[in-house]
Formats: sequence, structure tokens, C-alpha cells
Amino acid sequence: MNTTLATLAVLDGISYAALVFLVSVGLSLIFGVLRVVNVAHGSLYAFGAYLAATLSLAVAPISPWLTYPALIVASIAIGVICGGFIERFLLRPLYGRDDVLQLLITFAAFMIMDNLQRLIWGVQPIFAAEPLKLLPNISVFGVAYTSYQVILLPLVALLTLLGLRYFLRRTLAGAVILAVTEDREASTAIGIDAKKVYFVTFVIGASFAALGGALASPTTSLVPGMGADMIVLSFAVAATAGLGQIEGTALTALMIGLTRAFIIYIQPEFEVLVPYLLMVLVLLVRPFGLFGAVQVRKI
Amino acid sequence: MKFLKTALAATAATVLFAGSALAQGKPAEIKVGITTFLSGPASVFGVPAKAAAEMIAEDLNKKGGIGGVPVKLSFVDEGAGGEALVSNYRRMVQDDKVDATFASISSGSCNQLVPVAEDLKVMNFMWDCGAASILETKKYRYNFRTQANGTPEMLAVLLYLLKTKPNFKTIAVVNQDYAWGRESWEIFSTALKAMKPDVQVVAELFPKFGAPDYSTEVSRLLALRPDVVFTTSWGGDLDTLVRQSGQRGLLQQSTFILAIGESSIQRLGKDLPEGLIVGARGDHWFLHPEKKGDAAFKAFNEAFKAKTGAWPIYPVYHMAQAFAALQTAYDKAIKANGGNWPTREQVVDATAGIEFATGFGRPVTLRPEDNQGLEAQLVGVTKTVPGYDFKLLDNMMIFDPKVITNPAGIRSVEWLKTLKPEFVKMDVPTFKQ
Repeated sequence: MNTTLATLAVLDGISYAALVFLVSVGLSLIFGVLRVVNVAHGSLYAFGAYLAATLSLAVAPISPWLTYPALIVASIAIGVICGGFIERFLLRPLYGRDDVLQLLITFAAFMIMDNLQRLIWGVQPIFAAEPLKLLPNISVFGVAYTSYQVILLPLVALLTLLGLRYFLRRTLAGAVILAVTEDREASTAIGIDAKKVYFVTFVIGASFAALGGALASPTTSLVPGMGADMIVLSFAVAATAGLGQIEGTALTALMIGLTRAFIIYIQPEFEVLVPYLLMVLVLLVRPFGLFGAVQVRKI
Repeated sequence: MKFLKTALAATAATVLFAGSALAQGKPAEIKVGITTFLSGPASVFGVPAKAAAEMIAEDLNKKGGIGGVPVKLSFVDEGAGGEALVSNYRRMVQDDKVDATFASISSGSCNQLVPVAEDLKVMNFMWDCGAASILETKKYRYNFRTQANGTPEMLAVLLYLLKTKPNFKTIAVVNQDYAWGRESWEIFSTALKAMKPDVQVVAELFPKFGAPDYSTEVSRLLALRPDVVFTTSWGGDLDTLVRQSGQRGLLQQSTFILAIGESSIQRLGKDLPEGLIVGARGDHWFLHPEKKGDAAFKAFNEAFKAKTGAWPIYPVYHMAQAFAALQTAYDKAIKANGGNWPTREQVVDATAGIEFATGFGRPVTLRPEDNQGLEAQLVGVTKTVPGYDFKLLDNMMIFDPKVITNPAGIRSVEWLKTLKPEFVKMDVPTFKQ
């Protein structure tokens, strides 16, 4: 592989990693705070994508630039409405009970949302590429790239990472979330409303899933079953990173993106295996993930 | 005396039995069980096909049904897959007592259900699945394929390419990573090596089924600059591949072959450029050059458009073919039975070797040696036509199925290896849009 191809592979890898990070970080955040493995995360991704496409197609005739706010509005709407509903009415009654119940209830939510998606948007693929078409292509060694994929998506991913770090470590609200993550009982004892923290965190996590879908919607066809594919990949990323680890999620997404891109250039047969091979290799060496730590369990 | 009594009883029993076979009363309805994708990515085929089945059955029943008996449909979702699909199929046959089944879209489903149909002795029409191997490895009594298989479908698009752009030197493939993606490339590449051995395959890419992103594949192909890019992808995967390729100039750089792209043309709209080679997976297209003036054909297409909002695509026509085959088989069996209602076995006997008019293309024959449907293949190239917000097919060629289907008893790949460069020189009529 020469330098030209290596450069192209790096660009492809970063672009893919950005999208993977945006989808996985919500799952990781929810697990880190709530200790809930949210199987419905894939459906939130799909709903975000479908609603973003619907809004984009609706506002594009007015002004194509309105499609960008449409992506944000769709992400927040899905995060608040769907995420809020799942946390308030499905998960909250189960806190403190067997973890398997949380897994089952979010799986049920996933199945229901999958069918709802078909009822609302049908089975024919939907494509709404207006936001992508607004930005120009750039040429790298004579190969055209869309600046949406190689500039905008990585930029949004980077801002998300830095923003989350700042929010969690430099703001009062972030400190409250970290306190509940560290010790729910102690933080409740000093007056923190843990239920409110759980709700807000779940809505933020769900909004990130929806944002991943919304930002992916201009680049891909929206089809039935798209949520199921994404959730498997998100779990692989979150598990490799160490559940709840934001920086680990970013690093893992980058590793997966770059490895996958180089594999497609060198040995495309192994493309599908990349995330899972990486996960197995990392977990064999570090069973708690790249950034995970051994947990002390209270008895 | 004892002998006489026995003989009389035997004679009476024989007469009664024969009478019941020869003059079986008409049933209240002909029950047809259909497996189709109602969930998952392949529902882009399954849902329109279900709509077509309901429309055809309703129309058929308005006209008096088959032999005066109305048709009643039941559906099973192929999306359930695996054991659930087999269980539901068995329930449909054993509990609902369907008279015939149409199964299925996926070759995987066909591979599962064909032996079950044979075991349950129920007539089954493989109405859409394309794996040639199913009928090549074993002779079945109850299973028939009412359309072509992957071999003539891939061979037709290759012949079209060789006839219209014979000077290409390099080719790349981007197919979905599952049975169809692999098998269709094996058929295409085997025939290509036999008829044009100097072509270099520069990339064989098999992205994950349902992949949301082809950016890296597109980058690699832009760097490799193959003369031709071949794909048998479908549904959302094909839409994504075509759009991502178009956004970055790959569709303009290489000649694209969308081997079963007819089903995506309407969705891709203006994103599809001119000059792409598109296969129709059979002899059907809503503006079929030999049928577009036919009133019944136009009425069917317009009724479907009114019902679903889109013009029919190939699974719709494949479903219609299965109904045409069913009607022809029953009509033939009734006639052979002196006008009396036939037994199920008599219908199966009548089905072998039938030729049936589809109404939207050339007639299809069910080859008696292996029950494989011989269906012509329509291939064209995309063109902008005023009045349509998507591309239409132009310079269409319709290939004779007897020439491009492997002979019964010879495996597809073995037959394809025997093809010579002269094979391309066959006469094929070309039709303008």
C-alpha cells in the first residue's frame, strides 16, 4: 500500500469513526450513569434518522439550509419524547430490581419501535441527502470526497467529545451526574435528586443516538432493520471501550474506523469481522475494556 | 358364491373410488399460502408483492375464480426466518390445508421450504428465489420455479455489456456479503472468463449486508478506476451505493451494471445518471416494449400504481407469474379430467411442462425435466425521458431463455465454463423506449 492509498484509508477511517462514535457514546453514557444496557438504543438511532429525513424533505423546498436545524430538532425531539418515555415509564419502575428485567424491557421497546417505524414510514428506503449536497466536494490525490463526511462529521464528533468532557468535569450539572454515577445512595443523602439525574442522562444519551441517526441520514438509505445493525456495532464499541467510558468510546471508534478502512484496501474479506475481532482481542487482555476499571461491589 | 360376493364388493369399491377421483366436487375455495417478506430489508420486495397478490386474487375472484372456484390467500412473513418460517409453513399446509403454496423470495427460504413441500406433498411455486442450485441438485415432483434463476439473469446483463461496450479491460464487483451476492458474482465472473478471458478483475468487494456506508469502497474504486463496476445489490443497500457513488463521481467514471436495479429505479429518481446498464430480473418492465400498448397490461400497471403509489417492480410481476401458472395448471388439469374438478395430484401432473402467458412479457415454460421456469430476460440502459421524474430503460434487449439458461441436468457453473466468445454474437432484438 502506497502513501496515497494510506491517506485515503485514513480519511475514510476517520469519517466512519466519527459516525460510530456519535452513535455509541449515548449507549456508553447511559450505561455509565444508569447501569442500564439499553437495547432500544438502535431504535432511537433509526427514529432519529427517519424523523430527520422527514423534516429535511419538508423544509428543503423552503430553504435547503433549513435541513441542518432539522437534523438537530429531530435529534432532540426523539431524545426527549422517546428517550423520556422509555426512562419514565419503562425503566424507572425497574430500578433496583434484577438487571435482566431492564434488558428485557428495553428489548421489548426495541421490538415495538421497530414495528412502529414500519407503520409510520413504511418499508421503502428513504433518502434525504440535501444537507450533504449543500457542502462542496474536496479532492484528495484526485479522489473526490464529500466535505460533509470527511470534515463536518469528524468535527461534530470532536466537539461532542470535548463538550461532554467539559460538561461532566467542569459544570455543576456534570458534577451531579458523576456523583450519582459514583454512589447513588450517598448523593441522594446529600440532597441530589437521583431520579432526575437518571431521566436527564437517559434523554441526553437517547438524543446522541438520534443525532447519530440524523447525521447519518443524508449519507445512507433508511430501511427497516437499520436500528438492529447499529446496536450490535454500538455494543461492540462500548464493550471494547469499557462501559461508560466516553474517551474510550472515541478511541475505540477511531480504532475500528481506521482498521476497517485499511482492511477494505488490503483484505476486504475481513471487513465485517473488524469490530468484533478488536473487541475479542481487547477483552482478552483487558476484560473491563480499554478504559474500564475493576469495579468494587458493595455487599 | 363367496367369490361372487367378493368380486361384487371389489367392483363396487373400485367404482366408488374411481368416481370420487373422476368427479370430485368443486371445493368452496382454492387456498393459496404465500411466503413473502413483510418485515426486514427485503420487505421492499415482499410488501409490493403482497399487494399484487391481493389485487390479482380480487380480480380473479371477480371474474369467477379458477374453474369457477374463488381463490383465498394467506400469508406468512419470511422475515421471521429459520425455524419460525418452517413452522408457519407447516401450519399453513397441515392446519389451514392450503391447496398450493408460493414460497419464497429468499433462496435461503426456498432451500428450507422446498424439501418440506415435497415431504407434505403440496404443490409449491418458487415464485421469486433465484438460486439455480435448488433445482439442479435434485428432481422434485411438487416444486416448480415459475420464473428464471440467477444464471440467465446474470448472463443476460453480461451479454448486454459485451454487446454494447465490448472494449473494457478491467472490472470490479461490489456485492452484498450473503449467498446471492456471492453466487451471482460466481455466475457472472465464470461466464466473463469464458467469453472474454483478457478482462482483469481489479477488486472484489463484499460489504456487509445492510451496510449503511460505502465510502471506503467508493474511495478504493475511485483510486483503481475500473472500466466497469458490477453489482447485484438491491433495496436500501443499492440505493446507498448508487447515491454515494454518484455524489463522488464514481458513476461518471466507470460503467455501472445494476444487475437487478429495475426495482430501485423509481426510488433513485434523478440521482441515477444516464448510461447505467440495468437488469430486470426477468421479462418485465412497466413500459415493456412488446406490451406497452396492451390494454390489460396498462390497466394492471395503473391499478397497481393507484393502490400502492408506485409502478410495479419485478417481484410484483413474479407474483403475477405464479398466479398465471396456477390458473393454467388448474385449467389444464380440469380439461384433462373431462371437465371435472381435479385432485391435487392431478393438478401437479398437469403443471409439469406447462407454458403460460404472463400478460406482461413473453410466455414462460416450466421445463418438465427439472421444473425450472424458462423466462426471457430484459436488460436496458438508463435514459432521461420527459414526463418521468426517474430514469427509464432504453435500448432494451430481450434475451431468449432457451439460449441463455443452462440445460437441464448440467450445473450452471459447469455450463458457463463451456461458453465461447462467439456466444456473444447471438441475434437479440433491441427496443427503444
